[in-house]
Amino acid sequence: MAEEIKTTCLHDKHVALGALMTPFAGFDMPIQYKDIVTEHNAVRNAVGVFDVSHMGEVEVSGPEAEKFVNRIFTNDIAGAEVGKVFYGMMLYPDGGTVDDLLVYKMGENDLFLVINAANIDKDVAWINEQAAAFDVKVDNQSDYYAQIAVQGPVAEAQMLKSLGIDASDLTFYTFKKMQLDGETIIVSRTGYTGEDGFEVYASHDTIIKMWDKLMADGVQPCGLGCRDTLRFEAGLPLYGDELTAEISPVMATLSMFCKFDKEGGFIGMEACAKQKAEGSAKKLVGLVMKDKAIPRHGYEVLDGDKVVGYVTTGYRGISVDKSIAFALVDREVGALGNELSIRIRKKVFPATVVKKRFYQPNYKK
Amino acid sequence: MSKIIEGLYYSESHEYVRVEGEFGYIGITDHAQHELGNVVYVDMPEVDDEVTAGEEFGAVESTKAASDLMSPVSGTVVEVNEALEDEPGLINKDAFENWIIKVQLSDTAELDDLMDAAAYKAMIGE
Repeated sequence: MAEEIKTTCLHDKHVALGALMTPFAGFDMPIQYKDIVTEHNAVRNAVGVFDVSHMGEVEVSGPEAEKFVNRIFTNDIAGAEVGKVFYGMMLYPDGGTVDDLLVYKMGENDLFLVINAANIDKDVAWINEQAAAFDVKVDNQSDYYAQIAVQGPVAEAQMLKSLGIDASDLTFYTFKKMQLDGETIIVSRTGYTGEDGFEVYASHDTIIKMWDKLMADGVQPCGLGCRDTLRFEAGLPLYGDELTAEISPVMATLSMFCKFDKEGGFIGMEACAKQKAEGSAKKLVGLVMKDKAIPRHGYEVLDGDKVVGYVTTGYRGISVDKSIAFALVDREVGALGNELSIRIRKKVFPATVVKKRFYQPNYKK
Repeated sequence: MSKIIEGLYYSESHEYVRVEGEFGYIGITDHAQHELGNVVYVDMPEVDDEVTAGEEFGAVESTKAASDLMSPVSGTVVEVNEALEDEPGLINKDAFENWIIKVQLSDTAELDDLMDAAAYKAMIGE
């Protein structure tokens, strides 16, 4: 049975701008307004704005909120200062990934979780299931919050100019709550592009007003098409491609976001620790090609004649003028510099294992 | 509104054939290049390869997706447009000028199965 497709509060704006709209994660979302390359370069070179209102927001509060979130989250939030943002994952006991997410420390025992749109129902069910043993309240606020991401090297100046938001005091992965017309909004120095930038969470009405101001000032609207090329070049994973119920953060080489030594551990820790100690069977690598053919999700990766894995994401890079891919391959063939190949339709092309960060991010630390 | 040229033959999968004597120049239509966006790679067959009407002979790729090329006619590839190897974006500049392969037609009767400019125009709703 087909589910009804959802829309964000900015849907009419996208349509009016002539965006190419496509269903994504249950929402009718803009893929591009003009073209992916123009939008991608706007973010790399100046500033662009994304509607990311499809993302989910869940507030966890109560006497055991910190203890609980630290148990379901791979990173360590214990004792953190209010105003910090953490990236990490929620895992199944076998180490497979439920989702990757951001955790905002809003207050002592008040956490704000930002989760992937496609996973909202699954995540909320998972969180509630785990929460039964803790004294916490779980509140899915996904329908209340809309969200925009203002990204690029001049994002800070644009936020001030167009929205009157001075975010110069925020360092990378911090946030502040601000009062705007009697409403509390959340502004964080975070993003998914490999550039400096901000994410703003507010009510639908406020986000619509902000969007209009950014458009009036000529800021490039950016679709999900370039969101994917930007995050990919910067080495950032996408749930569904590089992280899945079958792909653990250890396999995705994201162990740095798993704190194995934290008090109380986390769900999935034993499985991940074992994979880390013994070496997981599969490993996510970067691949670069000399040829111009383009690797795409699902294409086979070969070592000689043997299939050793598959491409999880691939593009002709935009900031990086090469055909590049992430691929999940057998660990033994995943060493840097190793020569593999990718089957692209009828032909097989050589590819070299490289670091996943094809583009060096420009974060303001 | 995309460009459509009189005198060419058009397929439902948005390829065109420009016939010159016993040869056909095959490419994608202006409408197709517009739908695809920035073309970043064209996967072409090699000279002397056989192509068959209705079957895939390569692909044209934009940043976001790969789209198979279906041959509107059967024949033997006598030339590929090598300029597209270095500059695939030529297809966006002029899709009709920048054909992809030149084929020696093996059965000109196949052209009767294709659309003329008016029929193609009607199909894409312009």
